[in-house]
This record gives sequence, structure tokens and C-alpha cells, in this order.
Amino acid sequence: MPIYQTTSYSFESVDEAGALFNLEQPGHIYSRISNPTVAVLEERLAALENGAGAVCTASGQAALFMAISTLMDAGGHIVASRNIYGGSHNMLNVTLPRFGITTTFVDPRDPEAFAAAVTPSTGLFLAEVTGNPGLEVLNVPVIADVAHAHGIPLMVDSTFTTPYLVNPVELGADIVMHSVTKFLGGHGIAVGGALVDGGRFDWTTTDRFPTLTEPYVGYHGLAFADEFGPTAFSARARAEGLRDFGACMSPTNAFHLLQGVETLAVRMQRHVDNTHQVVQALLDNDAVTWVKHPSVPEHPDHDLAKELLPRGAGAILSFGINGGREAGRQFIESVQLASHLANVGDAKTLVIHPASTTHGQMSSTDLDQAGIGADMVRLSVGLEHVDDIVEDLSQALRRSQKGVA
Amino acid sequence: MSTITLNNNQQISGATGGRGIGTTEPLVILIHGAGMDRTVWALQTRWLAHHGAPALAVDLPGHGASGEPERTSIADYADWVADVVAAMDRPVHLVGHSMGTFIALEATQRCDLASITLIGTAQSMPVHPALVEAAEANDPLAAQLMSGWAFAPQTRTGPHPSPGSSMVGTTQAMIAQSKPGVLHRDLTMCASYDTAVSTAEKVHAPTTLLLGAVDKMTPLRAAQPLIAAMPHATVEVVPDVGHMVQIEAPSIARSVIAAAVKRAHD
Repeated sequence: MPIYQTTSYSFESVDEAGALFNLEQPGHIYSRISNPTVAVLEERLAALENGAGAVCTASGQAALFMAISTLMDAGGHIVASRNIYGGSHNMLNVTLPRFGITTTFVDPRDPEAFAAAVTPSTGLFLAEVTGNPGLEVLNVPVIADVAHAHGIPLMVDSTFTTPYLVNPVELGADIVMHSVTKFLGGHGIAVGGALVDGGRFDWTTTDRFPTLTEPYVGYHGLAFADEFGPTAFSARARAEGLRDFGACMSPTNAFHLLQGVETLAVRMQRHVDNTHQVVQALLDNDAVTWVKHPSVPEHPDHDLAKELLPRGAGAILSFGINGGREAGRQFIESVQLASHLANVGDAKTLVIHPASTTHGQMSSTDLDQAGIGADMVRLSVGLEHVDDIVEDLSQALRRSQKGVA
Repeated sequence: MSTITLNNNQQISGATGGRGIGTTEPLVILIHGAGMDRTVWALQTRWLAHHGAPALAVDLPGHGASGEPERTSIADYADWVADVVAAMDRPVHLVGHSMGTFIALEATQRCDLASITLIGTAQSMPVHPALVEAAEANDPLAAQLMSGWAFAPQTRTGPHPSPGSSMVGTTQAMIAQSKPGVLHRDLTMCASYDTAVSTAEKVHAPTTLLLGAVDKMTPLRAAQPLIAAMPHATVEVVPDVGHMVQIEAPSIARSVIAAAVKRAHD
């Protein structure tokens, strides 16, 4: 796949240019809105997710914001899982209220809490397939049913799971978002995001989605659901979201991320296989007080994970260290093979202390509700030989216990 | 917003490219195929509406956003189309795709038409038993099979003309949205309709056939008897294209439709 390293595309005539700008005919205009290399990644992600289309963005956070801005105006309301990535929590809890969009956070394991939080302004249910960092497994079919009973779409963040482990659209989700930076890319060299439009949600059955069902003055009276049906959401996200907010993916990043997608299946299997052995090694280690991963039989979602994620529940896990925050600091600063950085889904094993970093902007109450304690370490299990990973974690755990009473 | 009120106060569902259907200008009415809806014409409707011909991509009764009950035969749908045409009270050009071509053929016997354009058609449309079975069970497999067969090997993996959309995925999602039972009824109607050739022999309206050279659902050889029955017809065959000509070769479909409209008024 060539990199179309270009900003713009020659028009054959004035009429064609006008028709392209007015969405009378499809095609590339300017690389902020679409680009052939980026479009290949979009089509492949849509195909992997069994969706109608996809829109790639500059990052996963850009994808989240673009989904919300496509679906609602000031006054809009979201019901979201409280166990989500700290950056997403921050956007919903702190930043979006500045623009008049509010969120009610609920326990992702409680379908009735989702239903109870719905208001006449609710336009979106949002959750992660496996929560960050506690690995709560979302019962996607059940939460989708609750959403649909209220005429509301369900968007899931499937960054941790990827299309290799789960197909949320087939389980009932309407939009799937990804930080493509993570396992889909897999190399830690390019930031990117994506929204996959499942194409199954009928926006026209309620009056909750005027951005999709009412004529849009920005395109001279076009009503996206009327004209585009299954791709109404992704069409508006691109035609307005990328056009106006401009958080597009670069063609070179798309090329890098496409290389990752080509090896997704073999990499994810190795991630999952390594994770199962790392989980066991941690469970057997006296310095570890607890391990959270759905493969652990005591995990509250163990059975649900086996049902929804039969190939495995991903390569992110969290665990507690005897000795709390100080032992955790010692552990993280003692790893040699693993990298201490703010990312997941790299080929390399990664460690971080969520309470002070990725989720550091959350209040202590929110941290408690999300189950993020000072003793928690998050691990993203990489593709190295599992013996090397276990050996590195073991030596760092030994060091962490020096000085612990 | 997809509701359109006709002169006789009948309300139907359709897309007009955001421009409405106008009042006196010749109108292009586009009729979708089995289990589909107005949005299969997304790459034509708005362009036509901005290039001299108001366009109305209808939802047949029971399809898309239509609130009317579905019909049970090609003839019944043709009656419905003829009523819509009559309510327009001006020249109407009919464009049909797949099952919609049979409906358009039948409509020629019920109302005056300025022209007909038949896209992805044949003398008959037998349906594979596996597809009928899946459709009867409202199994998502039916949408998967149809969207898989509908595109040419050369186009099915993209790129989609509309950047970021999925060739197969868009069509699959559209069919998956159809109401339970509708696809099965449509396929059964298509399979049992056996008067395409005899009806075609009676067509006087200017006719255009737009066919995909590698169409597996209505293969080119199965269109030959229909072509023979309409010696006056203009026939366009698009290389490397399957059954979904309006998506696989949208600009050709746009120009063929526009040319048919222009020819009829020259």
C-alpha cells in the first residue's frame, strides 16, 4: 500500500469540485477529510469489525470526542461506565461539561444502573469491553439491549480487545472506537484512533439525533440518515467532525498502523498466551497480593469472559504489591526488560502506576469507585519470550520487598 | 424527515438528496432491490438532484423507513409505483435495481413513463436455497451471503468510492436493517416472477440496461433474452463490475441515468 503523502487532489472540472464539496458525489478532496492510505486502514478496520465503515482520527481521544460531537449538542447527556481510561473519564467528567455535555457514570456490571441514568437528553451509552485498569468485562449484549430499549446507541471502546478477540457489532454494539495506537498498531511508533460505524442503528426512530435526521445547513439541507442510512453516523463524523475539528490521521501514520493490522492475529494470540503464563507466575509470587485479569477463576467476570472472549481477555492486567505505593515504586523502577511508560499494547512489556499517572487526574473518590488503589500496578504483557518476562517481573518483585516489613 | 407528501396526500418514505422532489420538472424515481432501501442510491440521488433532475429514491412499502405494510408480489409493488407516478402528474423516469427492475418493467404496463433504466437485471432471478433458508430464519447469514455475492471480486475489497466505507459492510448493514421477513418475501417474489421477457416485449418507453460484466446474481448471459426482447434498448455493460453497479461504478451509473433522462427529452 503506497503512502499518499499529499494534502489534496486534482479536480477534473469545476462541476466535479463543486459536487465533491457538496457531497453530491464521493471522493477525496483534502487530506484533512480523507486520504487514500488512511481510507485503506479505515476499510480494513470496518471489515475486521464487520461494520459499514470507519473514520480514522489523530488519536483515540480524537475519536471519542468526534463520536460525541457527531451525536449531540450542548445539553446532551451520556451514560458511561465508571471504569474507563482516565483520559476518557477526564474528557467526560471535566472537559465536556464546559461545553454543556454531561455524563452520569455507572457500574458497568449493573445494567439497571444504565437504564436508571437515562434522561430525555441521553444520546449515548459508553463503556470499554474490558475496563481500564480493572478489566471489568462488559456484558455487551445485555447493555446493548438496555440501550436499544431506550432508543440509544451503545459505543464500546475495544482498544484492549481488538477485533481478534471480540466483535462488538455482532454482540449488539452500534459504534466501536479504538485507540489504534495500541494492539492494532502494536509497535508503539504511531498514534491514531478510529470510529467504526456498525451501521445497524436506526437513527430515525426517535428525535434524539437531530444531527443525523434533520437537514444540516452545513451541507445545504442534507439529512444524513435519509441519504446515507447505514453510514449516516460515519458520514457526518467525517463531513463535519474532520472537516471542522480537523483531528485527522496522517497518511504516514496510517501506513505504520496498517503494518500492525497485517499481523494482528498472530500477535494477539501471543499476547494472550504470554498473559496467561504471567498471570499464573504473579499468582504464585508471595509479593503479589492480588491479580486482576478475567482469566483468573476468582475474577467476577471469569465466566462472562469465557463466553464473550473465548480467545482470551487480552494482555492487560493489574496486580497489587505487598507494601503498597512505596513497594510499587520500587518494583516499577526495578524492571529491566519491561518499559515504564504511558502506553499499552506494545510489542514490549509495559508497566505503570495508574493512580499517579494514567488515572492521576481523578479524585480519590473516583479512584476508589474505579477500584484503583495506591498499590496497583498495570501491566501490558508484550511479545517477548514469556520466560524473560516472568524472570524480569520476579526480580523486580524481589527488590520491591526489600524494606517491606 | 424522509417522509414525502404526494399531490394526492399519500405519504411515502424516500431520499431526495436534500432538495425535495420539485413540482413540475421531470422526476427520476429510483427503486431498490430485495431487502434493500433508498440508501442503496446514496451515490446517485444527491448528484442527480443537483444536476438538473429532481430525484426520489423511494423506500418500497415495508422497506427502509416506510410505515406501509410490505406487498406480496412484483405486481403489487408495480401497482404501488404506478400510483406514486400518477400522483406526480409530470414526466417520470424510473430507475430500478435488481428486484426493482422487475417492478419497473411491470410499472410500464400500468402508467406512462418517460424512460426506464434497468440496473443489474436478467430474464429471471432464481435464488440459492441457502440464501432463501437463511432469509426465512431471519439469520444474519442472509445479509452476509447477499453482500458477499453482490460485488465483483475486483471491487469487493475496495476501495469504496466513499472513503472509509466498506463495500460489503455497507450493503450487509443495509440488508441487516430490513424488517424481519421482508428479505425472504422479496427473494421469494423475485424467484417466482417469470414474465420478465414477455413484459419486456410490450415496453414502449425508452429503455436503458446497465449491467455488470461479472454480475453473479443476475449474470450477463441471463440478461440476453431480456436484451433480445427490447431491441430498442440502449445496453451498457461495465467491465469488472458485479451486481451493485450503482456502488461499484457510481459515476457510470450517474451518467447513464442522466443520459437516459436527456435522451428522452431531446
